[in-house]
Amino acid sequence: MLTHIIKRFLQAIPTLWIIVTATFVLLRLAPGGPFDTEKPVSPEIKLQIEAHYGLNEGLHVQYLRFLGNLLKGDLGPSYQYAGWDVQEIIAQAFPVSLELGLWALLVALLIGIPLGVFAALRHNKPSESALMAIATAGICLPSFVLGPMLLLAFAISLDWFNPLGWNYASDRVLPALTLGLMYGAYIARLARGGMLDVLQNEFIRTARAKGLSLSAVVGRHALRSALQPVVAYLGPATAGLISGSFVVETLFFIPGLGPFFVNAALNRDYTMVMGTVLFYAILIITFNLIVDLVQMWMQPRTRNE
Amino acid sequence: MLSNVSFINKAFFQLASLVLAFGWCACAKKQTNVERGIQNGELYIGIGAEPAALDPHLTTGLTEYSVMLALLEGLTTLHPKTMAVEPGVAQSWVISEDRKRYTFHFDPEARWSNGDRVTPEDFIFSFKRILSPALGAPYAYMLYPMRGAEAFHRSQSIDFGSVGVSAPDAHTLVIELESPTPYFLNMLSHNTWWPVHPPTILEHGAITDRISKWTKPGKFIGNGPFILERWRLNNGISVVRNPHYRKHSKVGLNGIHFLPIAVQSEERAFRAGHLHLTSSVPIHRIDWYRKNHPERLRFDTALGVYYYMLNTKSGPLADTRVRQALAYSINREDLTKHILRAGQKPAYHFTPPNTGGYQARARLPYDPQLARKRLAEAGFPDGKEFPKLQLLFNTSESHRTLAVAIQQIWKRELGIDIELHNQEWKAYLATRQSGNFDILRAAWYGDYDDPNTFLSLGESRNGNNHTNWHDPHYDALIKKAAKETDPVARMELFQEAEAILIEALPVIPIYFYVTSRLIHPAVKGWYPSLLDNHPYQAIQLKK
Repeated sequence: MLTHIIKRFLQAIPTLWIIVTATFVLLRLAPGGPFDTEKPVSPEIKLQIEAHYGLNEGLHVQYLRFLGNLLKGDLGPSYQYAGWDVQEIIAQAFPVSLELGLWALLVALLIGIPLGVFAALRHNKPSESALMAIATAGICLPSFVLGPMLLLAFAISLDWFNPLGWNYASDRVLPALTLGLMYGAYIARLARGGMLDVLQNEFIRTARAKGLSLSAVVGRHALRSALQPVVAYLGPATAGLISGSFVVETLFFIPGLGPFFVNAALNRDYTMVMGTVLFYAILIITFNLIVDLVQMWMQPRTRNE
Repeated sequence: MLSNVSFINKAFFQLASLVLAFGWCACAKKQTNVERGIQNGELYIGIGAEPAALDPHLTTGLTEYSVMLALLEGLTTLHPKTMAVEPGVAQSWVISEDRKRYTFHFDPEARWSNGDRVTPEDFIFSFKRILSPALGAPYAYMLYPMRGAEAFHRSQSIDFGSVGVSAPDAHTLVIELESPTPYFLNMLSHNTWWPVHPPTILEHGAITDRISKWTKPGKFIGNGPFILERWRLNNGISVVRNPHYRKHSKVGLNGIHFLPIAVQSEERAFRAGHLHLTSSVPIHRIDWYRKNHPERLRFDTALGVYYYMLNTKSGPLADTRVRQALAYSINREDLTKHILRAGQKPAYHFTPPNTGGYQARARLPYDPQLARKRLAEAGFPDGKEFPKLQLLFNTSESHRTLAVAIQQIWKRELGIDIELHNQEWKAYLATRQSGNFDILRAAWYGDYDDPNTFLSLGESRNGNNHTNWHDPHYDALIKKAAKETDPVARMELFQEAEAILIEALPVIPIYFYVTSRLIHPAVKGWYPSLLDNHPYQAIQLKK
């Protein structure tokens, strides 16, 4: 197990290097630079500004310096927000995105798994079709449509919640639903598929034949195997959920990481883009590793592979 | 499958409890920001976007200005209502006869938020900082009217002693100008002329350090009516009353919260009582407010013009008659009334009305027939053989709407086809800089209340003139205006320049900007302002 973890970490290094390098190159290929403004400064002044950030040197020098700083754990200053370091911004914004993401994950699991399992048990019945239609609609409904709809219903018409902000416990509800429902719908489909597969197995029939109740069969025997695809999906899903959503965080005015991610690219805030991309990549790799470990625990067969 | 039931019930019970929890969360109604603010004398303002910095020497935008106005103060201030120049750190000043030497006498009560006195030396330090080429201050050119400032900033002189600023004693600052600059006192209220606290700057880095952290809460030392208390990116900036402020007792608010809520969400925040004041109003909500709450809707003329920039280098746009045809065929009244709808004014000249008391006399006509005639004279009768030109704008729904409307107008009136192109902001800026465009959407906001800030844009040496149009006579007029001491004669020079610009039309003015805001009735002392300058000292919250 430990060797497996170490091996995976070692594998992550070249992956991260490729991601960082590709991002670096793509960023420099994008037209416009971080210090282009509506009222452009004179070329001499622009050179001075760029010199502050080492942008006047050759690309290879900049690249090597970036890698060097990265090894020292220094992501550099943001180009867009003078006086703020990339680390500082991530440290400030990530906990918020993390919290929102975990709530959304809870919503997704609480809705997705029961719905999926229920649909599988009602296979080929109208209620299954209805549920799966809802789930498909849920997947297709983007957060920039769902969010305003929830807002209109629960914040504006019913006045149950604040329409934006991140100050009270109740402020978590609508953003978590907006973010979580889509994932929930997807999980429902995965759980249904997994469950249908498992229910056809011999051991389920045996268990039923022995007189076990359906809930015992599903809960004790089927669920663990049926949720394999859900667990595999949870790795990237969790990384995606907790790294912040541009739409949801902007819509609900939540001080998370999502808007920084997108705005950094639009502003050509090179260091900020590199920082957020790297951070996101590390999250994905970590969560994929966790998923692997969980799957090993769930599926003894894979343990020795 | 009867035993399904209990299991299914369980699953539904789980869902039902989730819904219940959802309802429970929604209980107890909270006090809104607006209510709390009125109770505590704290103003909640939407600023639309996160400020890029709070360093007065590095910022360029109005968002940043609106926050820094609470934290810092220059030699002069502007009256909240009349925008007349009023004392700031300088309580009085004497102007020499040739109007090239200003002697400022400091207010002995002017203090930094740590209690230090604001001294003339602090200003000299600040001017040196912003003019140091190594700082890379984007707006340093605002100080160019000061003698020797441009040479120092352009590294033609490395001795700051050659710049026309001195402190003969501990309460007096003398500024010498290159030439009489009628709008000089007005300019002093711009953030580029504001002081920074030298010990604070030096404590956090060198004088020319851009990446310094001195603007963080707890470190920021300012001399304005408020002190920086809290700053979280994308969450809000809070300031509280500064007890060391020179007119501390005249400040009507205990604090201000600046919330960078995206402009699309601001109206919602306002409606829910999160904001006393928004930075804008979405077009689709304007009619609703007009009908239901006209008292909450505010339109203020702004010192800005929306225009199309034409690349006159080659092709049909090099021909003045083609440019005239394009400009004359646009029905601006229709555009402002039916498409823009937020009270914008149609622009028949370039300089917004009443800029520094100047009203342009030159007007371009709305005359489709004349436009067709001009196009025919240029060799394109009914738009025949006219090459397909591109109209480029930065990605935005409102720019697109307007571009589509104008595309249709040109098709209908002139029979020409224009292709619409959009690019995201930075790509658009790069294209503009490279001059690789035919027609380009642009906008200009005045830096100070004087026609010069608009008309100097047409000068051939101006870095923002990407049209490739130049006219030596025009350049000479703008230069002459800069030296003219008689205000009436000076305005005449601008009139003459504007007439040339409106005849040659390297730019097609479309409309003059308006700031639209939602304002809570409890906010008193917020007056219309051309430069969007709203001194917070004057603002009060009353039920």
